[in-house]
Amino acid sequence: MIPAQFDYVRPTTVEEAVQALRDGGDDAKLLAGGQSLLPVLRLRMADPSLIIDLGGIPELKGVREEGNEVVVGAMTSHYDVTRDDTLRQHVALIQEATKTVADPQVRHKGTLGGALAHADPAGDLAAPALALDAQFVIAGPNGTRTVAAADFFEDYFTTAIGEGELLTEIRFPKYTGWGARYEKFNRVAQAWSIVAVAATVKVDGGTISEARIGLTNMAGTPVRARAVESALVGQSATEDNVRKAAQAAAEGTSPTADADAGSDYREHLARVLTGRAVLAAAG
Amino acid sequence: MTTTENAPTQEIGRDRRRKEDRRLITGRTRWTDNQALTGLLHISVVRSPFAHAEIKGIDTSAAKQVPGVVAVYTAADLGADQVQLPCAWPVTKDMKAPQRPALAGSRVNFAGEGVAVVVARSAAIAKDAAEQVEVDYDELEPVLDMEAALADGATLVHPEIGTNANAQWVFDSGEAGSGGSVAEALQKAESDDDQIIVKRRFRQQRLVPVFMEPRSTVVDPSGEQLVMWSSTQVPHILKTMLALTLGLPEHKVRVIAPDVGGGFGGKIAVAPEEVLTLLVAQKLGKPVKWTETRSESLLTAHHGRDQIQDLTMSVTKDGTITGLDVKLLADMGAYLGLVGPGVPILGAFMFNAIYKIPAYRFDCTNVFTTKTLTDAYRGAGRPEATFGIERLMDEAALELGMEPMEFRRKNWIKHEEFPYTTVSTLTYDTGNYEAATDQALQMFDYDGLRREQQERRERGDVKQLGIGISTFTEMCGLAPSRVLGSLDYGAGGWETAAIRMLPTGKAEVVVGVSPHGQGHETAFSQIVADQLGVPFDDVEILHGDTQSSYRGLDTYGSRSLAVGGIAVVKAAEKVIEKAKPIAAHMLEASEGDLEFSGGRFTVKGTDKGVGIQDIALAVFAAHDYPEGIEPDIDAHATFDPENFSFPHGTHLCAVEVDTETGFVQLYKYVCVDDVGNVINPLIVEGQVHGGLAQGIAQALFEEAAYDDQGTLLSGTLVDYTLPTAADLISFDTANTTTASTTNPLGVKGVGEAGTIASTPAVVNSVLDAIRHLGVKDIDMPTTPYRVWTAINDAKGTAGRGDEANVASPGAGLGSTASDISKGDTQGGHL
Ligand SMILES: Cc1cc2nc3c(=O)[nH]c(=O)nc-3n(C[C@H](O)[C@H](O)[C@H](O)COP(=O)(O)OP(=O)(O)OC[C@H]3O[C@@H](n4cnc5c(N)ncnc54)[C@H](O)[C@@H]3O)c2cc1C
Repeated sequence: MIPAQFDYVRPTTVEEAVQALRDGGDDAKLLAGGQSLLPVLRLRMADPSLIIDLGGIPELKGVREEGNEVVVGAMTSHYDVTRDDTLRQHVALIQEATKTVADPQVRHKGTLGGALAHADPAGDLAAPALALDAQFVIAGPNGTRTVAAADFFEDYFTTAIGEGELLTEIRFPKYTGWGARYEKFNRVAQAWSIVAVAATVKVDGGTISEARIGLTNMAGTPVRARAVESALVGQSATEDNVRKAAQAAAEGTSPTADADAGSDYREHLARVLTGRAVLAAAG
Repeated sequence: MTTTENAPTQEIGRDRRRKEDRRLITGRTRWTDNQALTGLLHISVVRSPFAHAEIKGIDTSAAKQVPGVVAVYTAADLGADQVQLPCAWPVTKDMKAPQRPALAGSRVNFAGEGVAVVVARSAAIAKDAAEQVEVDYDELEPVLDMEAALADGATLVHPEIGTNANAQWVFDSGEAGSGGSVAEALQKAESDDDQIIVKRRFRQQRLVPVFMEPRSTVVDPSGEQLVMWSSTQVPHILKTMLALTLGLPEHKVRVIAPDVGGGFGGKIAVAPEEVLTLLVAQKLGKPVKWTETRSESLLTAHHGRDQIQDLTMSVTKDGTITGLDVKLLADMGAYLGLVGPGVPILGAFMFNAIYKIPAYRFDCTNVFTTKTLTDAYRGAGRPEATFGIERLMDEAALELGMEPMEFRRKNWIKHEEFPYTTVSTLTYDTGNYEAATDQALQMFDYDGLRREQQERRERGDVKQLGIGISTFTEMCGLAPSRVLGSLDYGAGGWETAAIRMLPTGKAEVVVGVSPHGQGHETAFSQIVADQLGVPFDDVEILHGDTQSSYRGLDTYGSRSLAVGGIAVVKAAEKVIEKAKPIAAHMLEASEGDLEFSGGRFTVKGTDKGVGIQDIALAVFAAHDYPEGIEPDIDAHATFDPENFSFPHGTHLCAVEVDTETGFVQLYKYVCVDDVGNVINPLIVEGQVHGGLAQGIAQALFEEAAYDDQGTLLSGTLVDYTLPTAADLISFDTANTTTASTTNPLGVKGVGEAGTIASTPAVVNSVLDAIRHLGVKDIDMPTTPYRVWTAINDAKGTAGRGDEANVASPGAGLGSTASDISKGDTQGGHL
């Protein structure tokens, strides 16, 4: 890989990272796992003058429980997310989605924080974060602030992380005992989603009592399928009921058209995959 | 051929692990890019973003200011615009061949064509500075659609040749006397109530060979011989062509292809960048390196396939083919590659495939467009033909209401009819289509899967099952030199090998073929071990350096074993021949009383003998050898085949098509290939697996698509969809064997078989799964979107009109490309 020239720093604390961002100004770029940033540099679609490598900051890594929340450090790798027991028990949806990201090499390097900060509409982790009402902790020159998932994703590749700020952790409420399924549709195993559906449901005695559904790549940001969620609540989890409710999945979406899919096809896939995801999550 | 019954173990037929893999897998080899010469300079090529444009001016001043930059050259500075890169295959006397420069001078003809070159102390600096080169272009209209390109008044890619048609090549069995006239056959069929005519248009999409190792070239001009290392399949051809193209004395040039990481035809070339690297090195008198990026490779290394096929077959209602008419348009891209114009022509001999077709016509027009040029890609001409005929066989069976395998059986050449001379004038030496097919059907459980298909259909399952057949043959082992001559090819098809017997009894075998992943070192060592009766580990295969291997025609067209391997056999026979008088002398016997077996000459009826390895030492010492002969048992042999080899096989594919999403999942894949005698079953299986992956990928995944401005949309591997092992299934492969009678090993080629055979089997299976829903055809690759759209169109409930026509049969490249460009709003995912 031959990127344009840049300076490189590797801070060891969040404060140092914030300072480095201040020093670097507009032209500084944070480096997490590099799985999105390095291709951008290699193709020279960006030429930052300073790269701030977050890999040397221990406090940004790892998963921990804090009361009713599970907190994941921004620099936790996809691989670590997929094998974490706490997440498996309480936030299964993010784990299911992470398993579908790319291939083992990418999952070992790429991070949850990097993927969410990058906010590719076809990325697999934003829709589950939205469906799960995750909270995003952002550090900056004025200390830290917390942003709800609904406010975090602003547009294609654009989030609430401001200039001079970095994402430090993602806090998930616990969904202990909920079923979860990430239904991803792509052409080959290591490819990005054409459309994907993140569904997690609580089933009590065969009846769906709560449902949360996020859609990947159905707009510039992840979208909650709220109409489907409310149609499901109180229904028994039969194929008929679920499929009927899933018909509303494309409401409020604005999918793009490309070589892999026209927007009508994406809407259709959202309906089909929502039905499949909810049925699988309801187990 | 020497017999080896008494040898302790026979090497031929053993599934030896490849001896080259240890160094390749552990990275302990030196690729071209690893060459680190003292004072090495690096170049980066400035490339046109436009498909077709006049170059108004190039400002290199800013680039020259970048620290570490040594020079920035435009075409005129190097004479690169005066170079005529070679095309070795003028397929017709009146073929139009535009000049193909090493750098564009006044006009660029495809997006990615080089316009300037930066030389710097590091590759990074060269790349930085290349971005500082300012080029002023006047855009011209791109030429993208082959049919439009041939229409009156079309914009011309090369106005100086007055047309976008490169050449028209016709074979007519009526005229050749090898069969009847198709025109008459079709005319007769039209008025015959007992015949039907089946007409179809198929499209071969454009593909990229995507070898693992990007191309790289290093030139060192500082010695007496100019040395070029290059990641090439064809070091010998490259050397001779550099001499001819640039007027260099051939003996002052040495070309080295070190370990090369794949080629698939994509490295059969004299690339502009190879010439450019050489010109820069000569100009500066310093060693220079060029290594491409993956995107540069996808954009500028030659592409493959890209044809429109119009096929017409006449057939009696009881299923006997009476005529086949083939009309092709083949996209050459902007220039002619080394063998580009001949690639579609190879198909002329293969559309008739394994079938007895009484009247046949093949008519191919090569067309220039403003796209990357096309040239050989694994199979070269034969996959295109095999796809056409095997798709058409299914379509005809359908119209006849016949079982597709029964229809094939009725028309193929029976095993007792070999040798068989086909309507396209080739003589197939051996084969047994019945045997391969019977075994494949049984391994596949064809009847069981047909039942399962029926059940799923009756239940209306979401996932429908489809079964596809491809019974293929191909011509390979390129090639009899006289045949190549008759096709106006610029070289012969022989191959050379030399064996050097070292004093300690070890053998160095120098071959003219140039492996780049095939495992020649292992297979050839097995052959030599059996021929000379020496241990496998005592044999070293040397290749890819014109200094040691001065004579050869390199590796492509599944020729290395069937031609190069035979040269090795012939050289070994000469070694034994030369050793014989010396053995007789050492044993104090007469030559007539000696026999050679298991590496030893023995005196018949005694236990007196001497080993070939001891003779090697004896001639080295040369203290005592017969009068009148040289003290040397080394030998050199050239083999020119008399015929091609004709591997064949039956491939059966089952897929599940998700009718809700259009997703195609491979379900079962069985192939039984007859590749003649097998030297190393492990290598054969590996070749088949890799070939299948590439052929399946053409059916399901790959496409090099252009937008309506002529910009390549698949410029990274995010956009050019390649499968990995995760997307394929375990293949069930097996072999039947009819030994080739045209070479002493009885071998046929295997390198391209999987690629040639598999593509139509997969597409036939996809269509078979959803034809009952009204789907008639789907262009390759049969993506989920295209499958879903086809199902929807058939239902009459298509999606929005502006997005629906991607799958319409015969939709030209133009319409596909414009659909694709519409969505390219975010520039991909990174
Ligand atoms: C071949 C391949 C296939 C892929 N397939 C998929 C897929 O199927 N699904 C999927 O979801 N993803 C996929 N990815 C992307 C992968 O998930 C990446 O890991 C992810 O998008 C970025 O994470 P990263 O840690 O590598 O971040 P980086 O590439 O290091 O950074 C990405 C961006 O986020 C910024 N950033 C990083 N960390 C922070 C932070 N803490 N605060 C603020 N900004 C920050 C960076 O400055 C940069 O702009 C794929 C990547 C590759 C190479």
